[in-house]
Amino acid sequence: MPVPDRRAFLLQTGKLLVLTASAAAAWDYVAAGQPENAPGYDATAHWWAMIIDVEQCIGCGRCVQACKAENGVSTEPYYFRTWVERYEIDPSDPDHPRVESPNGGYDGFPENTRAGVKTFFVPKLCNHCADSPCVQVCPVGATFQTPDGVVLVDKEYCLGCRYCIQACPYGCRFIDPETHTADKCTLCYHRITKGLQTACVEVCPTGARYLGDLKNPADPIHEFLRTHMVQVLKPQMATHPKTFYNALDGVVR
Amino acid sequence: MEPFRSYEHLLRLAALFAIGAVMFIGLRWLLVPSDYGRFGPYRAAALAANGARPIVYAGQLACVECHGDVAEIRKTNAHARIGCESCHGPLASHAADPAQAPRRPDPRATCAVCHIPDVAKPPGFKTVNFDEHAEPGSCTTCHPAHAPNL
Repeated sequence: MPVPDRRAFLLQTGKLLVLTASAAAAWDYVAAGQPENAPGYDATAHWWAMIIDVEQCIGCGRCVQACKAENGVSTEPYYFRTWVERYEIDPSDPDHPRVESPNGGYDGFPENTRAGVKTFFVPKLCNHCADSPCVQVCPVGATFQTPDGVVLVDKEYCLGCRYCIQACPYGCRFIDPETHTADKCTLCYHRITKGLQTACVEVCPTGARYLGDLKNPADPIHEFLRTHMVQVLKPQMATHPKTFYNALDGVVR
Repeated sequence: MEPFRSYEHLLRLAALFAIGAVMFIGLRWLLVPSDYGRFGPYRAAALAANGARPIVYAGQLACVECHGDVAEIRKTNAHARIGCESCHGPLASHAADPAQAPRRPDPRATCAVCHIPDVAKPPGFKTVNFDEHAEPGSCTTCHPAHAPNL
């Protein structure tokens, strides 16, 4: 066998490298197919986000009830995938708002007629962060972000170690009292993969919640984000949440 | 000088490495699920598991398929944008089997869920003192829920 010269050797190696890289890329493309559960649903074609319009929320708690019914969450008053808080800010002490959430707002709120305070409702749920701390800390890969931007829990792999509960800056996780694994908002993954709205959006009577697909250029979410002053919760945590709040007061955390 | 006069110990070492490598690959093959890493560092089947729940709320479109007449009534009034199941409750079972008739929502309690007074509600949202305003359970006598006239 003749000894190849330097030029031929480099050419051959170069070709091999390029081919391997493109083969790997092609394989990635083939491998990122569709989740088996929802035929016709391409997870890579969506990037889900939620809009919460604080100005529309009336604190009826329908979302909290619907979430528990839809997802089989324990009705005990300690477990919530979504809940509603009522803020009451006294102008004499604006740094210490009174925050109430009786049973997460499940039964609505006790009547409040106090005058002279700044008060509003804030619905909370998993922010489905693009750079989620809960995903990073999970020691067994049981918490992950799907290709369509939903943070989910693999209940078969979750050990129930609670790292993610500590890591979540928004308090959106809890241990499921039945399975003893981490539980959280799935953005109604069983619904959105079948073309339905999430349960909370479905029942919200005032349109305070909106589920949008950021990858769909025709989705009204783009128009909303363009025309409203939206905020995310705790932006200083650099979690890049995909739950956007319209008309959010700075005191909300 | 012979460079490799004694090499048995190297063979033993190589054999040990080979056994280790085979064990590692074998164990990995046994323990790591086949769909691990398809989308990222997690089991791809977990997506399907999360998406496998039965649906409880049928969704507005399913309601309107049969109850288009009600949708027509609701089209332009203040309750137009409210999902049916917001007041009527989760009805996927009814959508799947219409014979399973849903319960009629209690007028007083259902109305009160939204319309009790609260200063935290957005300005302009219609609230009413239920105890002073009218007889319990009589809201829909004057205000039909599908076409509330004020």
